[in-house]
Parts: sequence; C-alpha cells; structure tokens
Amino acid sequence: MGIQILFRFILILFPSRFVKYIKIYQLVKILPAIRDDLLTDKKLLMGNEAIALGAIEAGVQVVTGYPGTPSTEALETVIRHADRCGIYTEWSSNEKVALETAVGAAYSGAKALVTMKQVGLNVASDPLMSLSYIGVKGALVLLVADDPGPHSSQTEQDTRAFGHFANIPVLDPATPQEAYELTKLAFELSHEFEIPVILRTTTRVSHSCGDVEVAVAEPAPVEAVCEGFVKDRRWTIFPRLTAERHPWLESVQVQLSERFSGLPFNSVSGSGKIGIIASGVSALYVKEAVETVRGFEELFTLLRVGTVYPFPESAALSFLKGIDRLIVAEELDPYLEEQVLQLIGRAHLLVDVYGKKNGIFPVSGEYNVDLVIDGINRALSAFGEDLRLSQASPVISREKLPPLPVRTPTLCAGCMHRTVFYAFKQAAKQLKKEAQTDTIFSGDIGCYTLGNAYPLNMVDTCLCMGAGVSIAGGLFRTNPKAKHVAFIGDSTFFHSGIAAVVNAVYNGADITLAVLDNRTTAMTGHQPHPGIGLTALGNASKAIEIADVVRSCGVELVRTVDTVDTDSLESCVKAVKEAMNFRGPSVIVFKGKCAGITKPDKYYKIKPEACTGCGLCIKELGCPAINLAADEPFIQDSCSGCGLCAQICPSEAICIGGVKL
Amino acid sequence: MKYDILIAGVGGQGVVLASRMLALAAMKAGFHVSTAETIGMSQREGSVSSHIRIGDKISGSLIPIGQADLLLGLEPAETVRNLPFLREGGKVLVNTHAIPPASRPPGSPEYDPAALLSFLCTCYPDILCSDFTELAEDVGTYRAANVAMLGAAAGARVLPFSEETLKAVLDAEIPEKYKAVNRAVFERAVKCIRFISGT
Repeated sequence: MGIQILFRFILILFPSRFVKYIKIYQLVKILPAIRDDLLTDKKLLMGNEAIALGAIEAGVQVVTGYPGTPSTEALETVIRHADRCGIYTEWSSNEKVALETAVGAAYSGAKALVTMKQVGLNVASDPLMSLSYIGVKGALVLLVADDPGPHSSQTEQDTRAFGHFANIPVLDPATPQEAYELTKLAFELSHEFEIPVILRTTTRVSHSCGDVEVAVAEPAPVEAVCEGFVKDRRWTIFPRLTAERHPWLESVQVQLSERFSGLPFNSVSGSGKIGIIASGVSALYVKEAVETVRGFEELFTLLRVGTVYPFPESAALSFLKGIDRLIVAEELDPYLEEQVLQLIGRAHLLVDVYGKKNGIFPVSGEYNVDLVIDGINRALSAFGEDLRLSQASPVISREKLPPLPVRTPTLCAGCMHRTVFYAFKQAAKQLKKEAQTDTIFSGDIGCYTLGNAYPLNMVDTCLCMGAGVSIAGGLFRTNPKAKHVAFIGDSTFFHSGIAAVVNAVYNGADITLAVLDNRTTAMTGHQPHPGIGLTALGNASKAIEIADVVRSCGVELVRTVDTVDTDSLESCVKAVKEAMNFRGPSVIVFKGKCAGITKPDKYYKIKPEACTGCGLCIKELGCPAINLAADEPFIQDSCSGCGLCAQICPSEAICIGGVKL
Repeated sequence: MKYDILIAGVGGQGVVLASRMLALAAMKAGFHVSTAETIGMSQREGSVSSHIRIGDKISGSLIPIGQADLLLGLEPAETVRNLPFLREGGKVLVNTHAIPPASRPPGSPEYDPAALLSFLCTCYPDILCSDFTELAEDVGTYRAANVAMLGAAAGARVLPFSEETLKAVLDAEIPEKYKAVNRAVFERAVKCIRFISGT
C-alpha cells in the first residue's frame, strides 16, 4: 500500500526523462572544500585488523580463539596472513581450550595470542586465574573485547576490573592506531615480565576503522624463535608452588605500575585546576567535549590512561597534585574512579572526585560525546562553576520525529531455524490441546536466539553459551508435568553443550535437545567448527558427527532430520513429536544450510487468484521476504526458496516462482 | 577541517561497504578518518548506520548529535531516524526506495514511507531525493543502490574530495566481476543528480 502511494508520488513530481527518479527541491550550493589526493603509506584498518597486524609484527607464532562479537575479525585477519607468515592459527572449540592451547605454546617459548569477547573470558577464567601464578615463557597476549551498550552481548562486564581481579596487566587502546601499538607493547611486556597480558578493547575500538600508520606495509613471515618445552617444576601448579609464586606475582604488579607511569600511553595535557581522567574511547569523547571551550587548556588537565591495570600510580599522583577537582569519565565499571579514590585517600590529597559513584555519570551503557558533555556539565554545576560546555543542538530532536517502523533483528529469509521452531510450535500446540501439557523452550547463544522474536516467540530462557540444556534439566526438576525442550546451535554444542548432555543422561533429565546444525558458526560471520570437517585455514579435518557424540553419551533416542527439502516441515514435526513423547533425554539433530552463505536456486511466489488474504504466512512465520502490499501478501526478491510458507499456506496459494540465477 | 558523514540504511543494503569507500577516499585525499559501524546481530534486517568522521585531527568515531555535515539515507525511515545527528545547514541525500520492516509486532507503528518523505521535504527544503534502488536496478542490479548513493553524493559535490578520487577507490576496491556494473551505476547516479539539481 505504502509503496504504491510512493510510486504515484514519484510520477506526479517528476515528468521528464528521469521520470523514475524524483526531485524535490534544488540543492543549495554550500559545498565543502575539496582536497587533492596525497600519497600516504597509511592503511584503513578496523581495530581488530590493526591488532592482528601488530601481533604479526611482534612475531606471534600461535593464534587461537573462539568467535565472539566484537572480537572475531582479529583472528580472521591473522588467518589471512597465516600461511605466508608461518603462523599456526586455529578456531578452538571454546575460549578455555583456546587459552590452554596458547598456554602450551607460550610454555615452549613461543609468542601466542588468544582472541575472545568479554563473556568468553568468563569461560577461559579457570585457566587464566591459575596461569597468573605460573606465568609464561615466550609471550601470551589475550585480546578481550568488551561491549558497552551492549550491542551484541549478554553482559556489560568490564575486563579492566577482571585484570585487577586476576592480577593480569590490562592495556586499553582508544583508536585502531593505539590498538596496533599497544598490541606490540603487550607482547614486549608479556615476554619481559613472563606474565600474560590482556589487550582490552571496546566495540568502538575493535569495530571502528581508522587510518593506521604501520611499520611494515605487508606483514612479513615471523621469525620462529621457540626453544621448545623444557621440563621444570615451575609448570606444574601445586599449593606449595602457588604459595611460592604469590609474592612474585604481587611484586610484578608493583613493578608494572612503575613502568606504566613512564609510558607515553598515559599522557597529561592542559594545565587547569579541573582534572579529568579517562581511558579508551571515553578519553577521545572528553577531548572533543572540552575543545568546545575557548582556552580549555588553562581550565582543564586531562590524564589519558592507556595502561589501566596495574594502575600507573606515580603518574596519577603527580597529575592529582596539580588539580583541585577531578572528573572521571569511563564506560562500564567505575574502575579508574576506585583507583583514584584509594590513591587520594592514601596520599591524603584534597581532591573531590566526580564520577559514577556520586551520580554524575551514567553507571551503565555506551558513552558518546553528548553524554560526556552532560556529565562534565553536571560536575561543573556540582562544584559551583559557571562554565558549561556547549552542545550542538540538532535541527530536529528525537522527540520531534514522526513514528518510525521498529526493525528488530530477525532470522534471515530461508533460515532453517524458522522451520524447526515452527515444527516445535505446532507440536507443542497439539500437546497443549490434547493433553493440557505445557512446553518450556530453553534457548542458547547464536542466531537462533532470534527465535525469541515475534511472531515465533520460541525462546523462554537464554543465559549463556551451552546453558539451555542444563537449564532445561533444572526446569524439569521443578516443573515435572511440563515438557522441556532445549535449542542449541552446532558450534555452541561443541563449545559447551556436551557436558550438559552428559549430565542430562547421567541424572536422567527428561528433556528434548534440538541441535540446529546449519554447518557454520553463523552469528559471528561463518567460521568453521569441529563438526564441519574444515580447519580455520580451510584445510580438511575430521568432521565430528553430533549424532554420534550424543549417542556415545548414552542418549537413547537420537534422530537426524534434514531440513533442506522444501517439504521438510512434516518430517520435522514427526520427529519432534516422537522425541517429546520419549521418556528420558532425547536429541534431534536438524541438519540444514545457513541461508546467509547458501546461494538460493529458486524463489517462491504467491498466486493472487488463489490467495485468500488470510495472512497466515505473515502472522505465523515473520519471514523478512514476505510482506504486505495493499493488504495482500507478496514475496520479495530476498526469498531464498526454503518453501516453508508454501507448506503452511492453507489455500495452496504459494508455489515456486522460478529459478534464481 | 572536519566533515562528518552519516550513512543510514537497513542490514543488507551495503552501508558498511559505502562507508569504507568514503573513508578510503578521504584517506587518499590526505585526511584522518575514523568510522563506526553497526556489525553483528543488528545486521539481520535491522537498522544500521555508519559514522564517518573526516578531518585534520583524530577523534572518537561517533558523531555527536547535531554535527553531521551530510546524511546519506539509503532508506526513508532510516534517514528520518538519524535526522537528529544532522547539523544546521547539513545536507541530506535520500533513496526513496522504502524497505518495510520484516515483522510487525502488535502495537508497532505502521510504516508510511510517503508521509516520512514529505516530513523530510518539509524539514529540509534543499533535500535531494531519488529512487536509487530503481536506478541501480535499471543499470544492472538493485544491490548497487549504495554505490548509486555514493555517485549521487559525488555528483552533488557534497564530499570533501573529488569525484575522481572516489572513482579511483571504487575501481581499486570492487572485485573485477562487479566493477563494470558498479561503475555504470555510479556514472548514472552522477548524471541523475546533476540533472535534478540543475548543476
């Protein structure tokens, strides 16, 4: 309907040769100054790419990781250079395994990098906490990407605080350029102090692109310096060894704090009596915020902290001695705020601190320049200054915008998960009708978390990687009359699903596990995993069959259902009913293809003469390829030919429209 | 000098590629550049935007409210959604081709592209609108609507680098297979925008 009006609108407005392209009004000629081309040796790099190049330049020999937004592109970039540079790379089955693999390499004197997102560090925290006592020999750097907002994560945890907790140094870059430089520093420090180092980024560093000046234009082969593993009691943790190493570990913290105080990554600018301390991208927001004031250099002194843990106390102390009041601008935890508060207390300084703890800055969410200006102005007002930072006012504010369509992330057109969710929905509906039995659906982490969206509404719980199976087990103990279904993706199954299946069998949980096997790690951009038969570099490897794994765990009812056929819904529903009726743990492996990486061979269309306009295809499926025009459904170009809509149409009005080239 | 460009669209329209092309062209012209993109979950049929900050100094990658010099809207509703970023006197280029949302949960507003387009025209009398998706489709593929928008921006002379600089970047970055069609879409968009803006 809307589109037809639009076409009419276009035709009325523009009658000439460009009849299809409408013109509204003339362009006002206020044009930016054009600059001519310059020769430059800089590269446009995403933060994650810059980290990869920094690591290669530092001589990294082994790189492992598990995909996770916003960290994934770092390892992907290393993979692109791996063969030529002689670097071993792997996508490991999870972050704990990735870290432990890198640990083995570093024990042997190699330089290793592990990449993960912030919640991945939780999975890897067991080896990490012990590793800090043991230390490393070559070098070990962890890239951990935090996600303030969060944009695509379960938590807003702060890895700076994690480093503090684990006694592991943390570097916190603000730009892709700094990410590149701090990666190299991380390797140097790790090698020199024999301790793992965390390079912590946030989404706006990892996923920001910027011009980066790199030392070498093309990554060169790394020099393979690795003396090999030398047997020594230092590699075997034991209570006595831990007791011996703890004083060493604490002394390293003091040494590093001193070293950090002298580094240029912690820089002071300005000479004013109002101090501002910030790290990461927040420091850039602060800079942009204060620069709106004439003579800001005389009003403010800014301390940018690039090496956040161990806190560079000497540098901070001399900064604090020059100011009367301190504003702390930082995303996530009040980490810097707590560091300066205790420093001010210990040094008996008279400096008031304005940050999250007294409500000046938001305690959660992602920051930006506007939010930092608001915070600084609140602080200025709290200490009675007349000065305010000015903010550009938009021509049209958010409040004045007309109502806009809501665009929630949705399963792709033709996604196999939609078929599986719909099959379970139908089976559960029938079960409710015939036996008054409710079904509880536990989801997991991956594309299929999007099954929670309207109109499928098929995710009742979601907590963390691999949790769905065990949560279903717990729900069964407390809701024995209901049916319990857990969904897990193929990559997540290998990541942390197997132990939960073992537990369900061991303790006899009456649950049905649906493995959504689309043959890739889809959500993070299609990385291979242990079930595919390909390594990170694309070499052939043993493909592990999920059905074989669960059978060997003792699951007695295991079914494999193909979802590729355009009439697969019926066989899906049949398998679902059988598994849900089975007493004890049951598993269905739904095999299909990820629509995101499969070239469609056909598309569907709606026969207008047969369509009754019941709208079932739209109301039930939420497929982005089906839409309404003048209250009648139509199938758009994005159709990838899964045929699910044709299978549910009560009037058989949907049929194959043709071949897709 | 600073020049902030915001590209807004829907996942799958090629916002990230368009932003990369502009960033590379800006670098080629000797500026510092930083971009912030929506990557990940929201890519799937969600609203996506890319902030491109071009200038003589390095800054944070997010454009503050009311400071964008140019808004390239690949879709009408997404253009309106990002209007608060535009500065007084900032330029707007809009692709009138509407993409309805994938699903409409109960209670969500009806999408009326025509109403949003007239809202845009009332707010920004010097706005430049065209169906760039249709233009791209006519030349070869609707997928090149993002490149059509780049051509339009170059043609309207609202970029801080020359049309030739941007064309050179496109030539270097776009795979051989798609080069001819993208080049043709770009040229057509340049002509179209020059024609409708009378330059």
